Amino acid sequence: MRRFALIVLPYAWLLALFLVPFIIVLKISLSDIALSIPPYTPTLDLSAGWEGTKRFFAGLDFENFVFLTTDDLYWKAYLSSLRIAAVATFLTLLVGYPIAYGMANAPDHWRPTLMMLVILPFWTSFLIRVYSWMGILSGEGYLNQLLLALGAISEPLTILNTNIAVYIGIVYTYLPFMILPIYAALERMDASLLEAAEDLGCSRLTAFWLVTFPLSRNGVVAGCFLVFIPTVGEFVIPALLGGSKTLMIGKVLWDEFFKNRDWPVASAVAVILLLILIIPIVLFQRNEQKQREAEG
Amino acid sequence: MTQTVFEPWNDPDATPLIQFQGVTKRFGDFTAIDDQTLDIYEREFFALLGPSGCGKTTMMRMLAGFEAPTEGRILLDGQDIAPIPPNKRAVNMMFQSYALFPHLSVWENIAFGLKRDRMEKSAITERVDRMLKLTRLEKFARRKPHQISGGQRQRVALARSLAKAPKLLLLDEPLGALDAKLRQDTQFELMDIQEKTGTTFVIVTHDQEEAMTVASRVAVMDHGKIVQADTPDRIYEHPSSVYVADFIGDVTIIEGTATPREAGYEIAFAEGQPPLYAETDKTFAKGQACHLAIRPEKVSITAEKPRDKRNALQGKILDIAYLGNISTYHVELPGGQVIKAQTANTRRLSRRTFTWEDTVWLSWTDTAAVLLED
Repeated sequence: MRRFALIVLPYAWLLALFLVPFIIVLKISLSDIALSIPPYTPTLDLSAGWEGTKRFFAGLDFENFVFLTTDDLYWKAYLSSLRIAAVATFLTLLVGYPIAYGMANAPDHWRPTLMMLVILPFWTSFLIRVYSWMGILSGEGYLNQLLLALGAISEPLTILNTNIAVYIGIVYTYLPFMILPIYAALERMDASLLEAAEDLGCSRLTAFWLVTFPLSRNGVVAGCFLVFIPTVGEFVIPALLGGSKTLMIGKVLWDEFFKNRDWPVASAVAVILLLILIIPIVLFQRNEQKQREAEG
Repeated sequence: MTQTVFEPWNDPDATPLIQFQGVTKRFGDFTAIDDQTLDIYEREFFALLGPSGCGKTTMMRMLAGFEAPTEGRILLDGQDIAPIPPNKRAVNMMFQSYALFPHLSVWENIAFGLKRDRMEKSAITERVDRMLKLTRLEKFARRKPHQISGGQRQRVALARSLAKAPKLLLLDEPLGALDAKLRQDTQFELMDIQEKTGTTFVIVTHDQEEAMTVASRVAVMDHGKIVQADTPDRIYEHPSSVYVADFIGDVTIIEGTATPREAGYEIAFAEGQPPLYAETDKTFAKGQACHLAIRPEKVSITAEKPRDKRNALQGKILDIAYLGNISTYHVELPGGQVIKAQTANTRRLSRRTFTWEDTVWLSWTDTAAVLLED
């Protein structure tokens, strides 16, 4: 009985907060836009009985999904999102791995402090942190002022409202998600493995590529997925830091929803986004499971 | 067929494989190794024995190249190894934790060092297969380290460190993680492999029985110094100090003062007890403080006073430790001194002669005890 309760609780949670909302979104994506509240038809009218239910289902169709294929804005936005997310994930890995490596090799008494410094930014609002990047990257921002003062540049750089700013924003925001799993993998590693590698003829560098890196692979994979998956649908960063040329599906979705008030098309965009993300999510889960098996 | 005894340390013409020359190692203020000089010869199975923190692991890590001596030189084959990094030394190490690469199979683990030498593929295969055969691991070649038992992991670690045919193999507590039964079997296996490969082994251990079993010579260490380096039987029968006598095996130490008498010394150790007699090569001044070390198995325990032995003391049995094959009796003398005596249990327990509180006589021969300086 207790075991049953233990299983039921999380599943009830998932059902109420994930599956039910998803079905609602799916339903809206199959509806048609209408000037009413809510702004779509049909709506389910249970008082009309069986006939009403039949009419309701007859009113649903895939029109909006077909529409997504007719306008190249959508698939370009999807592709561009995936590309930006992939590049940003790679950049986050490049920045995050050395930090995680440094943390794992730091003296024991330093590690809790370093860990706290990585987590610390979460204590302020995400929105405020992205806004402050606008202050840093803008034409008269701190970065340009610093570079001008140092004489490195003679004219302010245009960084804000470009894809570069978006990359900076993503790397900055999602860095902890990359660092923590890699750090966890590296920290668990037995230091004598590297001595053994050296003893058997490896230089420090080959020992890193043959031992350290393969053993941190699961952490790298986990970190990449943790960054990639939310980044694909990211809205705030491209909206605030990106420019008119930054095409990301999160922004398209926002525009459909709030500017065009086209809930059905917005929902269709969201459903497709979810379907695209299911692949990396499943891969991520498999990676986690494989890791658990290897340790078990 | 006559076999020459293997004891290059007694041959003045033999050149040692390893020479520690006045080696000191300091970590900050702490002196881990204190000005030590030691020779280890080719084909030797040399044991560094001591309690934790005595510096034995530091000695080994200096040989492997993970630590550099603060002072002094270490020569391998007559060449100073200080400037040679660990990955270029003809020395391999078997780690206490085994340090097997968890992402590689048994086969790849053993081949790891060979691949670094850029050996040909066929030569690597041949060498790995030979190592697998030597350590009886053929069936497990494709398994990952977490899929085999502790004893098998130990053999993989040994095979991996032997694969490159090092001049010197270092073993850091190689059997520490095995249970008692497996450890005994593995000790003999180690000796066997050492003999087959002809490699010089240096083993670090805190287990004196293990050191005595496997090693041709044992160096007993304490506080960064080698207290005595000799063959197991010399260490046991002729300890050079109270520390060594006490560390190796079971012993009773009696404190007293020596007085020269006949070929040896008389030792007065307690009021109202007759003096003990021991013969020794060492010289003591009259009245010099000394320690007498007696191994329990050299002490006879009888009901009547033995006539033929000069050293005879009467006491009461305080404790009996029954170990199956032998029993150790703790006998208390009237003055409070406790002496250990051991007898082999050749008879069944029900017919045992002595029991608690029995008054018995302890005796030993003139040469049984070892007289040591303070």
